[in-house]
Amino acid sequence: MTKLLEIRDLWIEARSGDDWHKIVKGVNLDLARGEVLGLIGESGAGKSTLGLTAMGHVRPGCRIAGGSIRFDGQELVGANAQVLRHLRGRRIAYVAQSSAAAFNPAWRLIRQHCEAPVRHGVMPRAQAEAEAVRLYTEMRLPDPDQIGFRFPHQVSGGQLQRAMTAMAMACKPDLIIFDEPTTALDVTTQIEVLAAIRDIVRNHGAAAIYITHDLAVVAQMADRVKVLLKGEEVEDAPVREMLANPQQEYTRSLWAVREFRPAPRGPAPAGPPLLQIDGVDAAYGTQKVLENVSLAVPRGRTVAVVGESGSGKSTTARVVMGLLSPSAGKVTFDGAELPTSVSGRPRRLLQRMQMIHQMADTALNPRQRIREVLGRPLEFYLGLKGRAKEARIRELLTEIELDPERFIDRLPGELSGGQKQRLCIARALAAEPELIICDEVTSALDQLVAEGILRLLDRIQRERGISYLFITHDLATVRAIADHVVVMQHGRVVEQGDKARIFSPQHEPYTDLLLSSVPEMDPDWLNHVLARRQAAG
Amino acid sequence: MTNWLFHLRGAPLSARIGLALIVIYAILALFAPLIAPYGESEVAGAAYQPWVAPYYLGTDALGRDVMSRLIYGARNTVGIALITTCLAFLIGAVLGLLAATVGGWVDTVLSRVIDVLMAIPSLIFALLILTITGASATALVLVIAVLDSTRVFRLSRAVAQGILTMDYIEVARMRGEGLGWIIRREILPNASAPLIAEFGLRFCFVFLFISALSFLGLGLQPPTADWGSMVRESARLISFANFATWQTATFGLAPLLPAAAIAILTVAVNMVVDWVLHLSSGLKD
Repeated sequence: MTKLLEIRDLWIEARSGDDWHKIVKGVNLDLARGEVLGLIGESGAGKSTLGLTAMGHVRPGCRIAGGSIRFDGQELVGANAQVLRHLRGRRIAYVAQSSAAAFNPAWRLIRQHCEAPVRHGVMPRAQAEAEAVRLYTEMRLPDPDQIGFRFPHQVSGGQLQRAMTAMAMACKPDLIIFDEPTTALDVTTQIEVLAAIRDIVRNHGAAAIYITHDLAVVAQMADRVKVLLKGEEVEDAPVREMLANPQQEYTRSLWAVREFRPAPRGPAPAGPPLLQIDGVDAAYGTQKVLENVSLAVPRGRTVAVVGESGSGKSTTARVVMGLLSPSAGKVTFDGAELPTSVSGRPRRLLQRMQMIHQMADTALNPRQRIREVLGRPLEFYLGLKGRAKEARIRELLTEIELDPERFIDRLPGELSGGQKQRLCIARALAAEPELIICDEVTSALDQLVAEGILRLLDRIQRERGISYLFITHDLATVRAIADHVVVMQHGRVVEQGDKARIFSPQHEPYTDLLLSSVPEMDPDWLNHVLARRQAAG
Repeated sequence: MTNWLFHLRGAPLSARIGLALIVIYAILALFAPLIAPYGESEVAGAAYQPWVAPYYLGTDALGRDVMSRLIYGARNTVGIALITTCLAFLIGAVLGLLAATVGGWVDTVLSRVIDVLMAIPSLIFALLILTITGASATALVLVIAVLDSTRVFRLSRAVAQGILTMDYIEVARMRGEGLGWIIRREILPNASAPLIAEFGLRFCFVFLFISALSFLGLGLQPPTADWGSMVRESARLISFANFATWQTATFGLAPLLPAAAIAILTVAVNMVVDWVLHLSSGLKD
């Protein structure tokens, strides 16, 4: 195999204010024709930046400070715009994380598909359109003859991501860069997209760089894996070798994340549950989103609600919090029926249940300092003032493992993603609640950071006996922390029961589909699942 | 406040020039009686004197010193524009934030009333009202403030609606916070940057609006010195001026002086506004 891409001692700098700081530090990368390289690391590790440089592109505000990038023997560092334009789209293609943002919403899919081959003079439009239909078929898109004539908003997220991969293949490129192509998709959709991407890359003999933070995904897709940490290479090895025998401490820690299992807690305490939802229906306007939903959260235990997006998980949380009034059924908290709207609930009641949002970024007011973020609920619910309030804020910060001296006067913008989510947890704890609703609290975070958050939540639960209603689509998280699992689909509860029972075989078909779609570290997992599903028909 | 001083150090040249000009105007307006050589409506000498000492910018048709009147004009025109803009912002921002936050029928009623006001061309509307009430300074301030608050209402409502979709507003609502807290502590700090930028622009518009009304004879009334009416009074001079010598040419330049005062302040304010807009867009990411 000959080298297609050769990156040597590459340094990239990014500007912040007047300073340039290094974000990629002397990385080497080799890619043979037809090889798939997985690039993994936390966000900010420089994996997307490195992926883009393979096209000779750097984001605005960044620059290449040194090193060389050779694509098929041609130097890309310092190459003129015409040379790069000739390569991009034609010999090197790029598939972005958010296909919804990458497609032009005003044009039909097939017109965007044909743009690159026609502009590069690879083939005339009629031929390009025929090719497009063939690629759509190959990507297993439904109705391949017609789907190209739809607008981007008329197809689902998974279909759009496949259409984008098809578009990247339009000029039969030698190299495709996939930048987290399935991160925004549900597990059940992800598996289809993964299978389609893998097959098309193999069939066309293209080389690929597959960027992701999900190790299980990389195990399915890549021949070789390179681990990045803070712009430096940690380890580079063939995928099976690295899975079986990781050499570096950091790689091992990445691998260990999915093995977080807190000690079992024994049976739920006797007595009535803290929160009980009975036969709740709810609708947004005329659109019915919940139908006869019933579940119960025992004291001091964690109930996980799982399902794909649109299954009504978050709506259930909104009904409990009083942000959406149910059209039927009732919600009981500690034996008493809850007023349906938040404005009808007394302060004492609001205090007893708190919610933590998925996006800590938007859940924190960017103009409030940590002192105020934590101080307000203390003052509002507990009437703390002055020194007592200050002391309690410091206690809370210590509890979420942030140094009060350094953090108390910071704005949310000066925190990392994980620190922001910790702050949201502290804000919920400040009210001294009995129930915390966690709405996808870890899904916007890297695996290592997410694990830290889960450990923190687990510790708090053990210390304070708080109940959690834990909404997530990530089954690894459920396996780690839930006592009781509720599976939802299309606004209905499909199945519920003890974690042990839900995760053991012989369950509802939908639960089975959901569980079997979660990628596993085994590199043969995707083959096995697909084979099994094909056999089942 | 320290925050703004900190930003000022990194301000571009245009913003610094703009700020310097605004400070000069402010000093002239505040200390007008100390700086101006003659009184506001004092007849200082013969009519239409050329630009020589002691009348550095000549005299007008009644023999009043033009330089003194320009300095007093800063006080009247700019002062009234500032009061009007503040009032417009008070009315517009309070109602706009309220409409967005409360929503429902409050929003509907307020928005429709504002729509009706905006549907009538503002200059014509102002002329109509001022003809009825008479052109006193109070009437002028109130009419323009109400008319301009409609634009502020639209802006603050739109900005607030964007902020209201954020989760931290939901967090505050779930905590049980009242309307006052949500508007003052959650929305206003995040809406301040676009509102400040709008304040600068709005100030220029109000200022030009007053000048336009004065030019039409319904603004500030004589003998109060005001740039708009000064342009009007001396506008005809251009056609009578003899541009053969410098002495006679200054005569024809008289209407350009108040016009230049208006133009320079407008440009200066906009230079600062551009910078604030840049700052506010930087804060969003």
